[in-house]
Amino acid sequence: MKINKLLVGLLGSVALTGGVAQAADLAIVSGDTGTGLAFLRSQLDRFEEETGHTVTVVPMPSSTTDQFGQYRLWLAAGNTDIDVYQTDVIWAPQLADQFLDLTEAAADVAGEHFPSIIESQTVDGKLVALPAFTDAPALYYRTDLLEKYNKEVPTTWAELEATAQEIMDGERAEGNNDMWGFVFQGNAYEGLTCDALEWVVSNGGGQIVEADGTISINNPQAAEAIDRAAGWIGTIAPEGVLGYMEEESRGVWQLGNAVFMRNWPYAYSLGNGDDSAVKDLFDVAPLPAGEGEGARSAATLGGWNVAVSKYSPDPDAAIELALFLSSSEVQKERAIMQSNLPTIEALYDDAEVAEAQPIIPAWKEIFQNAVPRPSAPTKTDYNEVSSLFWSAVHDTLSGNGSAAENLEILEADLTDLKGDGW
Amino acid sequence: MTTDTMTPAIPVTRGSARSELMKQRVLAARWFLVPMLIALGVVAGWPLLRSIWFSFTDASLNNLYGAEFIGIGNYLRWTTLESGRTIYRGLLVDSAWWNAVWNTVRFAAISVGLETVFGMIVALVLNAEFRGRGFVRAAILIPWAIPTIVSARMWGWMLNDQFGIINDMMLRLGLISQKIAWTASADTAMTAVIVVDVWKTTPFMALLVLAGLQMIPRDIYEAADIDGVSKWKQFWRITLPLVRPALMVAIIFRILDAMRIFDLIYVLTPNSSSTKTMSVLARENLFDFDNFAYGSAQSTLLFLIIAGMTVLYIWLGRVNFEGGER
Repeated sequence: MKINKLLVGLLGSVALTGGVAQAADLAIVSGDTGTGLAFLRSQLDRFEEETGHTVTVVPMPSSTTDQFGQYRLWLAAGNTDIDVYQTDVIWAPQLADQFLDLTEAAADVAGEHFPSIIESQTVDGKLVALPAFTDAPALYYRTDLLEKYNKEVPTTWAELEATAQEIMDGERAEGNNDMWGFVFQGNAYEGLTCDALEWVVSNGGGQIVEADGTISINNPQAAEAIDRAAGWIGTIAPEGVLGYMEEESRGVWQLGNAVFMRNWPYAYSLGNGDDSAVKDLFDVAPLPAGEGEGARSAATLGGWNVAVSKYSPDPDAAIELALFLSSSEVQKERAIMQSNLPTIEALYDDAEVAEAQPIIPAWKEIFQNAVPRPSAPTKTDYNEVSSLFWSAVHDTLSGNGSAAENLEILEADLTDLKGDGW
Repeated sequence: MTTDTMTPAIPVTRGSARSELMKQRVLAARWFLVPMLIALGVVAGWPLLRSIWFSFTDASLNNLYGAEFIGIGNYLRWTTLESGRTIYRGLLVDSAWWNAVWNTVRFAAISVGLETVFGMIVALVLNAEFRGRGFVRAAILIPWAIPTIVSARMWGWMLNDQFGIINDMMLRLGLISQKIAWTASADTAMTAVIVVDVWKTTPFMALLVLAGLQMIPRDIYEAADIDGVSKWKQFWRITLPLVRPALMVAIIFRILDAMRIFDLIYVLTPNSSSTKTMSVLARENLFDFDNFAYGSAQSTLLFLIIAGMTVLYIWLGRVNFEGGER
């Protein structure tokens, strides 16, 4: 312990003197949803002022699947241009070898974060990334429309279907031909894995691959959940949802053309922006539950982290930046400005955060019960597992085979991929 | 320019008649070729050989240099189960791969077919004498000049199911009763890709065909006119045979291009099995999944398929071409 502390102190002082003595040029990559990049820039300006380093933001596509491919390529090539990476919660096991161990650097602050999140970013005892924010989706609903049609907030998918259909039909009869009942993320990418995992878990259909590595996806309850979702396409959801990611669904929602939306908390502050057609006309609720044994409301665990490339020419400055971006101060700003869920428990009781974004204290419990994607048991095969899963779901949604047929093939493919073990 | 490449080279004096001077010139020519061969070897040959090598190993992106030779396992391997049943695995029996091959071939055949017809029509129009011809010729190249990513994004917005201008116009004209999700729906996604590709590359086709058309001497048409040959017959009997070498080159360029289609499909459509092509699948395995060796095998097969098609095409084309001349 003592040696550890000494090391930390030493490292800290090195970082400090390094920061003062010579300013480093850092580069950070970041995807973008809504105003994410502008917010990041504002924080980096503060960091630059405090430390004297300069930081360049390298913007990336918003699809996490696209980002991952690029990062993997850069890291495999030992790219020294990028110092700090923003990483999705599911990437830690796949990229662990390429990032620096932050255990010592974060020894003082790691305890502030939720232990489960720190654990998700720890691979073989190595802390791969520091949490910047966490994510658990919400059911966004239009308070004005529900009131107009005298409806309750749905707690099951069947209720959601009925309410969405009724309001949509009613609004269309009144001349709003662009009105839809429900929008979500149906494009064939990581986001569909999140959405479909929620349908399956909420219907008691398991978690695709269980924590012990068993492949559980081929079961009637999972098939029922996905078939039900397939029934939404073209009825309560536009057919275009098959190509929607987060931002496309938010586009339809924020123009006031949807009764319900499944999305992450970031859409909360954007929806209440001055240019939004649904400002003050919506609220959030937990996602609906399915039916049958084990049915419950389920939310997929998301979240983003900051990791330091082991090829960074200025690792000390880069670690400093990672610590800054995961700090309580920045997370609080992020919560207030971007309605991103903090990973620091104390911020959920913060009065200013609660005042600005009431969704955040309300979401503490939901995020704590959120379902992780099977990235831990499937390790380096996770991407392929996820891709096989979202392809099977996308095929079903597109009317290319029933859920039962597609899940049977999926099970065979997963078994094949698993081989003797993940 | 283009016609030259397809016409047989100027006959080199054959046999014993070759002079000392000729020998020297051939030798000098070889030396002049050396820099180009080295450049080709470095930028094309070496990466190609490396991909082929990786396809016979167990390489992963995190461990490229520690890759070990495993034989043809990535292409085909089999295990015999206890029940005595033999199961085959690997690229050659991978249904996802053959689906991608089919998607690619279908895309290439339809889009190049349409581009050839439209390119020919546009070239014939541009070959005619009219005022402002130079301006029109330049203007028609614009779709070709726009980077594919930009035009794919642009069309993505135009084809958008909710805000797209194409749905809006068709609704106003009463052609459709409901907005259509052109790029998202599995039924229309491939059609949308083909439409955008035809829009983008018809100018290229037209330009190459136009170059061919301008090589045809005017007096042949004058003679045909005097003999009273109809315009229709003139096209089939004079224009088409004479423009053929240029057309063949244009088509092969387009086929090579279409067979490795990636950007348009990647940007425009969801990553679903109805539009996935060979390149999209190979990239996914190379970088997204931890299957560098398998992705290399797909790249190698992609190369072999394209090479095979090219050889076949040139061979068939040459046979017909020379047969027609004699």
